[in-house]
Amino acid sequence: MAMATIGNNGAARRVEDEIFKQGRDLRGAGFRMVLLAALAVSTLILIVLLVQVLTDGWPVIDERFGDFWSGTLRSRSSDDALGISQGIAGSFWIAVFVAVLAFPIGISAAVYLEEYAPRNWLTSVIDIAIRNLAGVPSVVYGLLGLFLFVKTRDGNSSLMAGGITLAILVLPIVVITAAEAIRAVPSSLKEGAFGVGATKWDVIRSQILPFAAPGILTGTLLSLSRAVGEAAPLILVGAITGRLAPRDGSFFGADQFFDRFTAMPIVIVGWVQQSGRDEGFAAAAGAAIVVLLAFVILMNSGAVLLRNYFEKKRG
Amino acid sequence: MVNVTPSVQDALKGTRVDEDATTATDDIAITVPTAAASSGPQDEPSGDDLVFDVSELSVFYGDFRAVRDVNMKIRRNEITAMIGPSGCGKSTVLRSFNRMNDLIPTARVAGNLLYRGVDLYDERVDPVEVRRRIGMVFQKPNPFPKSIYDNVAYGPRVAGRKKGLDEVVESSLRKAALWDEVKDRLQDSAIGLSGGQQQRLSIARAIAVDPEVLLMDEPCSALDPIATARIEELMAEIKAEYTILIVTHNMQQAARVSDRTAFFSVELDEANDRRTGLLVEYTDTAKLFSNPDDQRTENYITGRFG
Amino acid sequence: MTDMTIRPDRAPLTVDVLAGPVSRLRKETAIRWFFFSAALVSIGISILIIWSLVNEAWTFISQVDWSVTWGETGWFPRRGLYDMPTLLVASLIVTIVAMFVAGPLGLGSAIYLSEYASRRTRSILKPVLEVLAGVPSVVLGFFALFFISPQLIERIGRNGWLVIGALIVLTYVALVAGWARNLMKREAGTPVSVQVQRILMLTLLVAGALVLVWWVNGVAETADTFAVKRSGQLAAAAVGVGILTIPLVASIAEDALASVPRELREASAGLGARKATTTTQVVLPAAVSGIVAAFIIGISRALGETMVVFMAGGAADASQFTSSPFDGGLTMTAGMASLATGTDSVVGEGLTFQSLYFVGMVLFLLTLFLNVVAGRFVNRVREKY
Repeated sequence: MAMATIGNNGAARRVEDEIFKQGRDLRGAGFRMVLLAALAVSTLILIVLLVQVLTDGWPVIDERFGDFWSGTLRSRSSDDALGISQGIAGSFWIAVFVAVLAFPIGISAAVYLEEYAPRNWLTSVIDIAIRNLAGVPSVVYGLLGLFLFVKTRDGNSSLMAGGITLAILVLPIVVITAAEAIRAVPSSLKEGAFGVGATKWDVIRSQILPFAAPGILTGTLLSLSRAVGEAAPLILVGAITGRLAPRDGSFFGADQFFDRFTAMPIVIVGWVQQSGRDEGFAAAAGAAIVVLLAFVILMNSGAVLLRNYFEKKRG
Repeated sequence: MVNVTPSVQDALKGTRVDEDATTATDDIAITVPTAAASSGPQDEPSGDDLVFDVSELSVFYGDFRAVRDVNMKIRRNEITAMIGPSGCGKSTVLRSFNRMNDLIPTARVAGNLLYRGVDLYDERVDPVEVRRRIGMVFQKPNPFPKSIYDNVAYGPRVAGRKKGLDEVVESSLRKAALWDEVKDRLQDSAIGLSGGQQQRLSIARAIAVDPEVLLMDEPCSALDPIATARIEELMAEIKAEYTILIVTHNMQQAARVSDRTAFFSVELDEANDRRTGLLVEYTDTAKLFSNPDDQRTENYITGRFG
Repeated sequence: MTDMTIRPDRAPLTVDVLAGPVSRLRKETAIRWFFFSAALVSIGISILIIWSLVNEAWTFISQVDWSVTWGETGWFPRRGLYDMPTLLVASLIVTIVAMFVAGPLGLGSAIYLSEYASRRTRSILKPVLEVLAGVPSVVLGFFALFFISPQLIERIGRNGWLVIGALIVLTYVALVAGWARNLMKREAGTPVSVQVQRILMLTLLVAGALVLVWWVNGVAETADTFAVKRSGQLAAAAVGVGILTIPLVASIAEDALASVPRELREASAGLGARKATTTTQVVLPAAVSGIVAAFIIGISRALGETMVVFMAGGAADASQFTSSPFDGGLTMTAGMASLATGTDSVVGEGLTFQSLYFVGMVLFLLTLFLNVVAGRFVNRVREKY
């Protein structure tokens, strides 16, 4: 409260100044303009970014999108078979790993923290661990993946290693957003259910999870899009940036879990690096970004819309 | 007579200090016969008629004692009202009757709370089992965001009942005097009902698990007078089947609906500036409102305090 | 009533009846353990991270010839030269420049959205920031390399940027000076602890200003010509990192502003204060802890950002020492990523692999420290309101 008092004193003094000062509030208008400019610049950056990426990638999308979609990593940008199918497959499976591992574990952990956890040292340790994990740079997760999965397997990177690493990376985000959604469940609902003899599990299953579902879904969508866009840990784990021989197996084949792999963001990094010697790769990278961005923005706006819809609905 | 604390007694009015009061809980004097008490024993309730036997009950939140020294014997098929100024712990006591206080991590109960002879706070007792026998209706109507049907069927379902749900839903809604209003829209969301309807739905939901006791925590405080009157009517109707405990801040309501009334008060603990609730007087409703034994009760019902 | 006959009211009640079926208790206990073990996973991951870092970093610490980690010409891990200042200084440059982008833009956006924007404007512009928050860092890397570097950094040119840099530093110095003057004017009665805190903070800010002046001056004096690089330079990467950090700073700062009670604003308005006065004199001071937290978390994020610098930082897998943002360089994160991209060579060559974990541990400790400090500031806001 000390702050508040000081603030008010300052305001009073300022008001005194202003009463004796005639005319319009130029300083106030200027202040407002500066703030608006900050917001405008931020928005403008986003627009410029989108335009830049689109114009760079447009030639590829316009001329040969079908081939580009089904093509593979090549050493020359003029190669007709150059494309992103391997990146798409890798990113798809990484998303599956995240959904299968991080979502159930993360949501369960959130349920424990909000509904079961007693107030003791262990709970605070778990709490601190989760909050700090959320702030650990993504490369460090890459180091963990490298240590756990690659070093012990004679330096062979694999899709599974990448998938598990990213599942670990987004786990704290899933926990934090799910816990927030669970905390928002009105206690009157829980009490009503307990009052007619529901067990804790009954209450979680029939009241808490259904009510928190939209919030949890928002969190999972955000973390999924984060995982799909993340590159640094995959680079550490050894995703392939250069050339990756096309596989014989099908897109969904589980045999690829133990193979060398790439993913959309890694494809982009690789092409950006190669654009130094072969300019055509820049356009390919732009086109790949358009595909990645379309997916990520779709998921993010889906999450935001979902959240806004339910916020409005529940007042 | 009920127990009193000498110091408080002295401080408040200087009435006669009953040294035996704290041990005298076994012979609660019932001087005025109550018309509604059909089971009718005017002396000590026992056996089947004694539903709750509460002695020296205290409820703590952490190390703070919210209520102390509650002694009550509650009879079958009667309506017992709990009144008192806010902060006197009447809701806290009510919620300890079906272990809803267990949901508050720091809450703790001391003393004896026997339900039909069984200590509710015995470590072997499962609160879930308790709540299936002792149902609860809350201050604010709290329908689940589900259909009317699913709201009522919720309790039987979690109790594992799969067959005959239609009959249970219908009979519960009939008992709660809601059937005629909702029978054509059982699959509609319960959120669309009016406040009074929602509260009757809460009652239907509570009696659907076929409890023996209904605890009602200020069930009418969020309702308008017409809806309140309906709930009161309903209570009189279902009294034959259930033992009802109702917390209310409305003295007229307590006088209208209850057979027995417990008056709770608060005292300020000067030492740590905390307010602890206590049971002042528990007796026949007619007597409590016409000729209370305790001066504090008199002050409260005549509006001089609280 | 038919139910009356079913109900075993009159049967004697025992504790065993109220104990409930054993199967139900077992099921509930099993479920509880399931949720508990899910929560334990996070502790497991934390331990694994620390263990993997310490394990490998220790090999590096105990075996490396320390003379190659300090004072060498640059970071050349494949030649066995692990000059830490090269990475640390590059990280510092990128973080500072990034925060000069993200700080004002993020805070300004937050204040506008929180204090000025109408509901409608807010509902349009807030999602824009949220979309920006979701843009993957590789996209910013691409943008930094193909737009920021040629169109912004190189077009304005080295001299132009030095002027802009000097102006920014002067603004910063002026702001610090103004704040210091304001503090002097305040009446007595402020608790000593608060005054000590302020003096500490002021010292830090003044030191920061001096370092900035010295740095800009140093960059201006270096004889390097400004080479147009196809592979970008630290400045471009830093601006990219800054853009990536804007939404983070904005959202934390906005939370802090939103937690200032409305009564404070009303009290100020009730005294006849104008909006700008209320904002600068009442709302911002009340939310200062949260804003500081936003900056610290922004710094931590910028420090940990990898891909933008890796793609647009202008260095491949090794880097000369540099203190100029107009050179190419490797930050700690980019250094790690570039070590790992050489496909097979990471594992097993001398101490190269271990050096990765040593740098990782330094980065981990730095960001952990920043996050803990930021957490303190956030808690302070929570306690106050």
